[in-house]
Amino acid sequence: MTKVKDEILHDHNHDGVDRRGFLKCMAWAGTGALCLMQGGVLKSYSLSRLSDLDGAKPTVGDLSFVQISDSHMGFNKPANPDVAATLQAAVDKIGALQTQPEFLLHTGDISHLSKPEEFDTVDQILKATGKSVFFVPGEHDVLNDDGKQFLERYGKGTQGGGWHSFDQKGVHFIALVNVMNLKAGGLGTLGHDQLEWLESDVKHLKSSTPVVVFAHIPLWSVYPEWGWGTEDSAQALSYLKKFGSVTVLNGHIHQTMQKVEGNVTFHTAASTAFPQPAPGQAPSPGPMKVPAEQLRSVLGITDVNYVRGQHALAVVDSSLA
Amino acid sequence: MRRAVSIFVLLASGVTAAALPFTVQGRVEAGAPQAQTQSAEVKIDNFSFTPASITIAVGTTVTWTNRDDIPHTVVSDDKVFKSKVLDTDEKFAYTFSKPGTYPYFCSVHPKMTGKVVVQ
Repeated sequence: MTKVKDEILHDHNHDGVDRRGFLKCMAWAGTGALCLMQGGVLKSYSLSRLSDLDGAKPTVGDLSFVQISDSHMGFNKPANPDVAATLQAAVDKIGALQTQPEFLLHTGDISHLSKPEEFDTVDQILKATGKSVFFVPGEHDVLNDDGKQFLERYGKGTQGGGWHSFDQKGVHFIALVNVMNLKAGGLGTLGHDQLEWLESDVKHLKSSTPVVVFAHIPLWSVYPEWGWGTEDSAQALSYLKKFGSVTVLNGHIHQTMQKVEGNVTFHTAASTAFPQPAPGQAPSPGPMKVPAEQLRSVLGITDVNYVRGQHALAVVDSSLA
Repeated sequence: MRRAVSIFVLLASGVTAAALPFTVQGRVEAGAPQAQTQSAEVKIDNFSFTPASITIAVGTTVTWTNRDDIPHTVVSDDKVFKSKVLDTDEKFAYTFSKPGTYPYFCSVHPKMTGKVVVQ
């Protein structure tokens, strides 16, 4: 892939991002993202760029955590014949962080085929971090059994298909599940019960509370033609309108992407297993094969800073090295 | 000359199982489903069912084969049939014993839809 200049050609929304810039933000990296909460503003960095970050000012935050996604344990096709090794590489990067994250979020597709041994392998590898991990299921984790196994393993204290919320250092985290009961021709779905729960979950919170929402399938319309969106996400987001800072973290599309809409910042994480093509850039969203030596290297870097009260998306560096 | 060549290709490929869907499609276009047809195939490739719509006779067994690197399912909208998850090269077969239209989809990737018309 070629390097593209960081210049804004058409800034229709006056948000500092043109379409080309937005597309370019969809650079994908190999491992995951580090998220830092600083004064209610969440900043995310590709794990591949952490060497630049360590010791630098941005790591001094009120709260830091790491999001990983789409491990697809059990996948063994040419796009990545050893997904355990690349998950291990992600764990090694987390372990090398100077500022250790408080916990990990896994935004689904832990396994490839919902097999017990696939979940076991991921659990073993992640155990080495010594961190708590909060999971939401991807569609690959609820095959054949409507998520029964996922709930047995990761769903303690959760409701319905595994949705729940928790608080960490003044930040309210909401785990949503949008991969169950999918309807023919449709997208991801939250469903009535979960939406009702969400509404009551946030009702008592002060509008100044920073909110982080995480779910597998993007909660905004990334590319509906490939199913990259959630049918009833607009209703979910309507319950979060009162908050000054809402950050939505998703996986599923195996590439990083960012978007800011009013008080909400959206971010998708890269996969630890294999990349997928940019929307519409291939006949289907199937695994993208790259030369083996490129798989672990940083193919795309997307460091984005969100500034509260100023609805601009500051793309620090989104070019491909 | 070109016409002769294409007919030859069709006949030659007609003996392979892989070309069966084309045979079925051809029949649909001709508007004359044949009662003798006992089997039909649907390929799952590039996140789509091919052919997306087939017309078959009562008693026909349809076999779906997943040729993607990603698992898929074959699930009837009306819960008439439902496959387990199909990994690469795995198959699912169902025999249609009643006339009707059977829309189906992949429950993992619901944008993938197809239809079986049984006459």
